[in-house]
This record gives sequence, structure tokens and C-alpha cells, in this order.
Amino acid sequence: MTIQTSHNPLGPGFDVPGSEMRYREAFNKTLGEELRRDPDVFVMGEDVAGGAGREHLGIIDSWGGAFAATKGLIQEFGKERIRDTPISEAGFVGAAIGAALTGSRPVVDLMYFDFITVAWDQLLSNAAKNRYMFGGQGKIPITLFARSGVAAGYSAQHSQNFYSIVAHIPGLKCVAPSDAYTCRGLLAAAIRDDDPVIICNHKKLINMSSFVPDESFTIELGKGRYLRRGSDVTLVGMSYTSEVCRLAAETLAEHGIDAEVIDMLSLSPVDEDIVLESVAKTNRIVIVDEDTPRCNMATDIAALVADRAFDSLDAPIKRVTGPHTPVPYSKPLEDAFIPSPADVVATTRALLGV
Amino acid sequence: MEITPEKLRWIYSTMYRIRRFEEVLLEQTALGKSMGVAHTSDGEEAGPTGVCAHLTDKDWIGSTHRGHGHCIAKGVDTSGMMAEIFGKYTGLCKGKGGSMHIADFTKGMLGANGIVGAGIPLAVGAALTAKLKGDGTVGVSFFGDGATGEGTIHESMNLASIWKLPVIFVCENNHYAESTPVEYAVSVPDIADRAAAYSMPGVVVDGMDVFAVYDAAGEAVARARAGDGPSFLELKTYRYHGHYHADDPHTYRLPEEEELWKARDPLPNFERRVAEQYLMDDVEMERIRNAIDEEIQAAVKFAEESPLPPLEELYSDVYVNYSNSVLGLR
Repeated sequence: MTIQTSHNPLGPGFDVPGSEMRYREAFNKTLGEELRRDPDVFVMGEDVAGGAGREHLGIIDSWGGAFAATKGLIQEFGKERIRDTPISEAGFVGAAIGAALTGSRPVVDLMYFDFITVAWDQLLSNAAKNRYMFGGQGKIPITLFARSGVAAGYSAQHSQNFYSIVAHIPGLKCVAPSDAYTCRGLLAAAIRDDDPVIICNHKKLINMSSFVPDESFTIELGKGRYLRRGSDVTLVGMSYTSEVCRLAAETLAEHGIDAEVIDMLSLSPVDEDIVLESVAKTNRIVIVDEDTPRCNMATDIAALVADRAFDSLDAPIKRVTGPHTPVPYSKPLEDAFIPSPADVVATTRALLGV
Repeated sequence: MEITPEKLRWIYSTMYRIRRFEEVLLEQTALGKSMGVAHTSDGEEAGPTGVCAHLTDKDWIGSTHRGHGHCIAKGVDTSGMMAEIFGKYTGLCKGKGGSMHIADFTKGMLGANGIVGAGIPLAVGAALTAKLKGDGTVGVSFFGDGATGEGTIHESMNLASIWKLPVIFVCENNHYAESTPVEYAVSVPDIADRAAAYSMPGVVVDGMDVFAVYDAAGEAVARARAGDGPSFLELKTYRYHGHYHADDPHTYRLPEEEELWKARDPLPNFERRVAEQYLMDDVEMERIRNAIDEEIQAAVKFAEESPLPPLEELYSDVYVNYSNSVLGLR
């Protein structure tokens, strides 16, 4: 089943069999289903099983991936399909692209989103361009997943949200699930898609729970969804900032402001229609992005609105983002870096003069 | 290693086809017919020929910016190649890749690559697919001495070794990375010495002698097909022209050095050897040369007369199943 998210405000109460589940459990369950469904799918990355080569000592699946993303999969699928790698991001991402071009469907664990820079040339020069520069010969059905986001003192090199770097590149796709439900639908869609897709799993979301259908389903890539309908202002979130916007909207309601919340889900392709549809109704928009402020997704969405919906606007387009700094370590500094629900509430109230 | 008469003819045809293609391409480039840069490989014909003699269309090769010889040795059509370099719609990549990005997946040619060293992991990936599917095919990566300074070669050799993948790493050491001599840029006298660091055989081969390449590659391909893992071949060779069509190599190397290498030219070397052993005669070799001369002239005519790509091609092939709605903001 494919769920058209932009036309179906979803969440608890969605009328299919399912259960509350943590984000990482939904990820693991879906990955297992895709491995079972298609023998060409395999997983590789650092410590996706862990303790590799120590089977004779009874050691198997010692890690099961960072945050247990791939825990238990090696028992069912074996070490050829749950393939531990050395720390060689350029090498194994490049090998995954070569495998994808020749008939495999690799799912690659990049561990932290920050490490994409080590493999970047392979993604930029091969994954993104091979199909185009070879005139449509070949396809690159590779899925990369990585932990993103500012949380828990991971500091400058393990916290970044490189959405805009990926979204900038023609040929790459990028999705940012916001809960267990969207993680399940977007992961299945990414693995079944014939283009390279990068999935950002925010650390703050990984242990959060939400309703997840039992049956496998996909969410169409390139479509956002409404988390809340409202008429006074549009709040736009992505990944964890969708949760931030949802919490901000609850507080705004107490101040008599009826906010609409859009959860972007896909950052490339990006759902332009849902943003334009909403701002045509609310005439005000606040875009919330945890990334640093220059050339980020919020800026791109702001430019879209300025270009295509200028006449709808009753107020300036506002962006709530991290500062133009690396991500700091110490908790008060880290908290100050992250766009909070309070920040969104303050910006929105100032915008509406309420 | 035994060579059948058919294989001998194929070897001679392939080496001569590469030579003529490169020579004619340089003439055509001087006439302004190529729409971009052309990195030619004349002088290096024995390498791709001796290696690809052991491959089928199901085996994959990865290539470099200097990739015309690899394409031809893998059986890629010279008309489609010439049209691609002329920027025509009938080119193998619809005129969207050019000289540096020729690919033909139907021939197991995984694409030339304009980023030095970037194609090497792709051949490792092709070998990973081969291992997972157990189909007995191999992946071959061609790269130059310059690429051995990139991290990707070291990561790729390590991965291929620990996973025992059916890969043949073929270093075409033509002694220059652009203008930089190999003895300046590489820390070892023989690049093949580095194979020991990744627990695979490393063989130094006379890259001007197609029989030497054929023998060494035969062992490496057999080893890969048998499941015994990767090998590394270093072919000592020489490019007769500059780094690209407009590069004058005499700014960084001496004519005397060029003459020493040209005295070992792979084509006369081959002709002398087969004549001595009565394996092919002059008449047959001349007939092959004449046929290929005509083929390459026909390729030029085909490329010249072919249409340019329609402008819609700017937008297609970015994604498989998403038609890009952002057409450029105006």
C-alpha cells in the first residue's frame, strides 16, 4: 500500500492494525522485511553486526549497528548480506554504488551524517551523476542511512544536518522522517526506489515511539504531510523540527493562534505544492531548520515562497535555525544552538503581534 | 599461455583499432570536431587488449579519463564512441558524457570516470555483486599511476582483499600524472610492491608487450574466477601524446625518452613476433589494418552526419522515476 501523505493527516487513530513502536524498532522491522522481500537487498557499514570474524568464539551481532539499527538481522540473513566493513567510507560507499550499478540494492549505514563528507566524492561524482552522464544507462538503487541532529553532547563532528548539501545535488534524494511511522514508510520507499536516497535519522527521534501499522507500506518520496491544520500561520518542520513545530503549535493555541504544521519528510525532491497551498491560506510562514542558517533548507523554502507566493504574504517570511557556528558540546551551549518550541512560539507571536 | 589463432587476430585488431581511433580523434579534434577535451592512449594499447582478451560481456570494467582503449578492448562500438565525443545524440551516452564518460553497459563497460581514482571502488562493487550472486564474473579496474596517490585505491584493495573479491586491479603506469613524473609522486620503485600490503599478488608487467600482459592477466582473471581473490598488475607503459589533446609533453619530458619507448611500440612488437612464428602473415595483417582504417573513417562520417541532442535531453536521466520539476529558475 502507498499512503498519500499530503492528503491524509495521519497519526494515532489511523484505522489499520498496528501498535506503538520506537523509531529504531520500526526501522529495524522494515529493513528486515525488505531483506526478506528482495534477495538483491543487502546491508553494509561499520559494525552493522559487530565483532566480525569472531564467530568461532561465539561472538555474533555484538553491536547490531549504532543505536541497534540492524540488531538481530545477521542471525536471519547471514554475514554476506549483513556485511561489516572496515572504516573506509569512500571505499564501501563506492563499492555500494558499483554493486548497485550491477544489479544489487545496497543499504549502507553511514553511522553519523557527518561522515558523509568522507564518502562525498563517491556520492557526488558517481551516485548522483553516473546515470545522467551515461545517457540513462544504469540505475543506482542505493539507500544510505545516517544518524543526524544535535543531541546528547555529540558536539561538532557527530551532530550536523547536511540536508542542504545533499538536496543541492541533482541525482540524489534525501528524506527526513519525523517519527516511527514515517521512518517505516520512507525506509521501504527508499529501498524500493531506483535512485540513490539518503535517510536522516535524528538522534532525538530514534528512541521516541508512535503508532506504526503492522503491514508494510511506503510513503511517496517527495511528499510532505500536514501534522496539524490551522489558519493563522504555517509552521514548517523537517526531521526533529517537525516535532518542535507540533509542540510550538500547542502553545500557540493557548495564545489564540491557530497554526498549521507541515512536516516536509522529503527534502529532495521537495514538496513545493504543500508549502504553497498552506501559505496561500495562512498568509504567514515560519520555517524551522536545525541546520546552520546560510544556504540551508529553510532558506530554500523561503526563496520558494518569496518567488511563488509573494502576493499571499501578510508578513515577512521568518526562519528559525541554528546559529552560524559549529555544534558545541556543553549542555547550555548545545541547548542554545537548537531551535526550541519556545523560540518558534516567540518568533511566531512577534510575527503576528500577539 | 596458449593463444588461439582467432584470439591472435582479435588482439591485433583491437590494438590497431585503438591506435587508429586515437590518431584519427586527434586529427578531428584539431579540426574542431570534438566538443571537449580528448585524453588519448596511443602507446598504451597492449594493456587493455591483453587484459580484456580474458573477459566476456558479463564481466565489468571500470575506466578512467583516458578510457578510449578500455572501451574498444571491451568491444564498444567505435561509431558510438566517436559520435559521443562529437557531442551527438547517437553517441553511446546521447552526447551527455563526452570523451571522459563513455559507458556501454551492454558490453560490461561501467563507464570512464573523470575523477582520478573514483572509478576504482565501482569495480570492487561489481565484484561484490558477482560474489553475492555467485555468477563467476569478475570486476576489472583500470587506473593510472596518478590514481595510486588517491585514498580510494588503498581502501578498494583492502576491501577486495578482506572480502576475497574477484577483482583485478590494473595500474597502467604511463610514468606521468599530467606533467608530474611517477618517480616524484610515488614512494616505491614499483607500484606493484604495494600489493603486498594488501596480501594479494602484485606483478610488474611490460606494458608494451601484449603477450606479457595477456599471460599476467590470464593468471589474475583465473585466480579471481576461482574465488581466490584479487590481484594487482602494474603495466609499465607510455602515452605517446600529452595529457590531453592540447598538452605539449615536451615541456616536461625529453624527446630522447619518447624515442626509447617508441622503439618498443606494441604494434610492431606484435607484428614481428607473430611473423617470426608464422602465426599471422603480412597480407593478413594489412587486410586487418585496411578494414579498421575504413571502420574508423566510417565512424567519423557517422558522427559528423548524426543529429545533435534535442534540448529536452538537458533534463532527462537525472532520476529514474522522478521527473525533475526544477528546470532552472529564470
